[in-house]
Amino acid sequence: MSMDFIIAAIITVVGISTPILLAGLGELVVEKSGVLNLGVEGMMLIGAIAGFAVTSMTFNPWLGIMGAAVAGAASALLFGFFVLTLNSNQVATGLALTIFGTGLSSLIGLSFVGRIVPQFGSIFPPELARDPLLKVIFGYSPVVYLALVMVLAVAWFLKSTRAGLILRAVGENDLSAHSIGYSVVGVRYAAVAFGGAMAGIGGAYFSMVITPMWAERMTAGRGWIALALVVFAGWRAGRLLTGAYFFGLLMALELYAKAAGFSILPSQFWAAMPYLMTVVVLALISMRERIGSNAPACLGKPFLPAT
Amino acid sequence: MQFRFEKRPEPSRLMLVVTPIASVLLTMLIGVIVFDALGIDGQRAVIDIFLTPLLASYKWQDVAVKAAPLIIISLGLAVGNRASVWNIGAEGQYIIGALGAAGVGIAAGAAGGPVVILLMILAGIAGGTAWAAVPAVLKTRFSVNEILSSLMLTYVALQVLSYLVGGPWKDPNGRNFPATAPLTADQALPVLFPGTTIHLGVAIALILPFVFWLVMARSVFGYQIRVVGSAPNAARHGGFDSNQTVWFAMLIGGGMAGLAGALEFAGALKAINLGFPSGYGFTAIIVAFLGRLHPIGCLIAGIVLAVTYVGGQVAQTTVHIPNATAGIFQAMMLFFILASDVLVRYRLRIIPAGKAAPAAGE
Amino acid sequence: MAILTRRNFLAAAGAAASLPLIGSPALAQEKIKVGFVFLGPIGDYGWTWAHNKGREALQSALGDKVETVYVENVAEDASAIPVMRDLAQQGCKLIFTTSYGYMDQTVQVASEFPDVKFEHCTGFKRADNVSTYNSRFHEGRAVLGTIAGKMSTSGTLGYLGSYKVPEVVLGVNSFILAAQRQNPNATLKLVFIDSWFDPPKEAAATETLINLGCDIVTTHTDSPAALQILEQKGLHGFGQGADMSSFAPNAHLTAIEDIWGPYYIERAQALLDGSWVSADSWEGIKEGTVVISSYNPAIPADVVALAEEVKNGYAAQTFDIFTGPIYDNEGTLRVKDGEIMPLSDLAVMDWFVKGVESAA
Repeated sequence: MSMDFIIAAIITVVGISTPILLAGLGELVVEKSGVLNLGVEGMMLIGAIAGFAVTSMTFNPWLGIMGAAVAGAASALLFGFFVLTLNSNQVATGLALTIFGTGLSSLIGLSFVGRIVPQFGSIFPPELARDPLLKVIFGYSPVVYLALVMVLAVAWFLKSTRAGLILRAVGENDLSAHSIGYSVVGVRYAAVAFGGAMAGIGGAYFSMVITPMWAERMTAGRGWIALALVVFAGWRAGRLLTGAYFFGLLMALELYAKAAGFSILPSQFWAAMPYLMTVVVLALISMRERIGSNAPACLGKPFLPAT
Repeated sequence: MQFRFEKRPEPSRLMLVVTPIASVLLTMLIGVIVFDALGIDGQRAVIDIFLTPLLASYKWQDVAVKAAPLIIISLGLAVGNRASVWNIGAEGQYIIGALGAAGVGIAAGAAGGPVVILLMILAGIAGGTAWAAVPAVLKTRFSVNEILSSLMLTYVALQVLSYLVGGPWKDPNGRNFPATAPLTADQALPVLFPGTTIHLGVAIALILPFVFWLVMARSVFGYQIRVVGSAPNAARHGGFDSNQTVWFAMLIGGGMAGLAGALEFAGALKAINLGFPSGYGFTAIIVAFLGRLHPIGCLIAGIVLAVTYVGGQVAQTTVHIPNATAGIFQAMMLFFILASDVLVRYRLRIIPAGKAAPAAGE
Repeated sequence: MAILTRRNFLAAAGAAASLPLIGSPALAQEKIKVGFVFLGPIGDYGWTWAHNKGREALQSALGDKVETVYVENVAEDASAIPVMRDLAQQGCKLIFTTSYGYMDQTVQVASEFPDVKFEHCTGFKRADNVSTYNSRFHEGRAVLGTIAGKMSTSGTLGYLGSYKVPEVVLGVNSFILAAQRQNPNATLKLVFIDSWFDPPKEAAATETLINLGCDIVTTHTDSPAALQILEQKGLHGFGQGADMSSFAPNAHLTAIEDIWGPYYIERAQALLDGSWVSADSWEGIKEGTVVISSYNPAIPADVVALAEEVKNGYAAQTFDIFTGPIYDNEGTLRVKDGEIMPLSDLAVMDWFVKGVESAA
């Protein structure tokens, strides 16, 4: 295995992992606040078409990414309204969001099929970004670096800031947090909006970075992998990063196995791996419940203060 | 003037029935507006999606065939949801059920007849049940959240499908296209009305809701499900083992999904290819909610959702909106019914200005 | 394209509802409706775009007698059946189903509507009212392979396939055989992505092939995703179904363009004349269904000359890439020296020639 091959493989894996890392980070924050949003796939698709549409109309990919974030957040807030204000069932509402987002993005996307958009330039000078060795560090789209920065930001936020502490408290014991005087609903709204924005950017990565075009359902189920990823990572941002790259590696292995002629294990085995591993991890985490699992205690439960 | 939501002493029965109907109507209205805003003939689109399948008699068979799996799966899911068990993996159980039936078909070779068909159906139920047993075990033994575990297994099921259909079960006469060999005429489910596509599965889908209704309303088991779901502490005092209930609820959900998969395979498609998963397992969740978890409600809601599917295909031809657009309407109906749940549980009271509002922990 | 108004739609529905499922009688004064079932979006700038161009050609040539209707994004599963039925019930007398995966559905619906003629693209099942039509894309692949063989520095070519069906296998073999005539050591790495249209997967697969050493990648899938990746990496590839240079101005060397218009016009005319019979049509460069689009100026003149030679050879029917000796990738001699493989063998090809490395 030559250095060139290793570098190329790393670049491929980073590319595959970035969208699920972004969406996973967002969902991590949401779930830490006690809300389960299954609508990630729908939000990613909305972000994908919004980002593409805005870039197509403004010729500016940075505006496009912002548009994707805003659209993702807006769709998440729709979910938030039902779940936080009307106390509707989180599972059903999240599912509805996924189906809604898929359909809406397809509909809006009709006018954008066949169009091309300008792409991001590198934020590093070409000597670094194109260098055969250093491109492994400097050669990525700005969105990749954004994702990495967000990992640090989220980890820091949750661990070291007061707001992060409040968010975690809301997720672990909403009634106590409420009695201390924190606005449980307010915190959760903010978390949900953040999750939507991140999912939107993650989706836009497909339509703006990987293949700058629009095609229906182009996120191809990655939103569901992002959900698995959050669980797999035990709701910890640092582990989310390694988990994302691990999942990306598995997804890449599926294609490498096909292209390099590996037929010992069918390619579907690799494709199923991220999901199987998540189930295994779920079992392991739950077995360690006595030691203390990381799942926010209020995850998925509606907030019902005594009236 | 203030608006306050007051919890009703008992869920309003009127609202329980009115809200699903209102949800559908509201969806149609909003649909016209949204489509017009996007430059598509909104009226035409909504009429095609909601009304044409009911008005054009040659579409009725399509609605019937589409409704069958939705109804059957939703019956199982409704039972689960009543017991507060959330089986999101119905799609995966549906696929494995269909694969089970397909396996029997392949093993049977050229043999057909009622025995083979019965075996296919049983294999379907077994497959779906087995696939649901995994999240069930994980929940009862390891307290694993069944939402996540059942969801993950759906994606594993997709890979199992891809492997079998592209490998060992590929039609040897199909020139390497990943699909199973088509069932012979006597391996397929009998058609109820000659000249139509209405197969035995449709009849099963029409009868099962009444069976479920009877069981849920009259049997101890039905009572157990409802109590464990709504008042787990009371259930324990009454001697109902919640673990056992979880088992049953998941297995019924899986069994029904598997049955639906087998019937769809043997009745409608007669072969499985990579396009087999149509999202029925997820749509059935909407059906269960729209039907308010009641078996007869599921029957009606299943027909309504089937209408939108068929209507979406009609609209593809007439107004050129993508197939996926039917999903917008399905999701909207779910949103509305979830929103309207508030009206079922709470009463809206308007307090005129000047009157002090009692303090409350809102 | 017909815009069905509510009035005439419900009228047609009413009429159809009162008739047996056999289909409505032709209304002599009205235009004949011709329906098209498309796999992807007409804006895909590839396979479906080309079919739609053919439909438009039909519409403008015979617009006074013919009215065309189309449905896009029809999946290759059972949901295609109601779509085809719908078209027949709406009064279409001729329906083109434009992808391999519509085969069984076409046959089934055709059996329900004996008065309606169906034409299935790239399939092999026929009936009295079902024709099949195909294009000798592999002739175009030979032209592309010639260019690839000359221009590849690594000697490893990449190929993105959909399914291992004969149409795809044929294309792969033609491509690599042509490349090997220019570079006898050329090899080919092949990935099947199990879909005709899946941009993210196409992109990931292309990247994988590039990482494994391919410096020219061609596809038998319908989106320009592969070309976009090649453009990003400064490598080269080819357009599929249509000229895709707008997506990748530097990477796009040339493309195989599918020209369906003349065939559609011919068959609609036959229907109008009453002379339509079930047939199998497999035309190519000579008849004009396969067209090579303009060459990227970056291609050296001598390479263009070689490519043109192959193309003209096919046009004059003096050249056939499947001329022996041909060995398969397990070493067996399949075609003897000097023999030419008959089209009937090509139609069921399921083996790869020497130099093709693939998992399946």
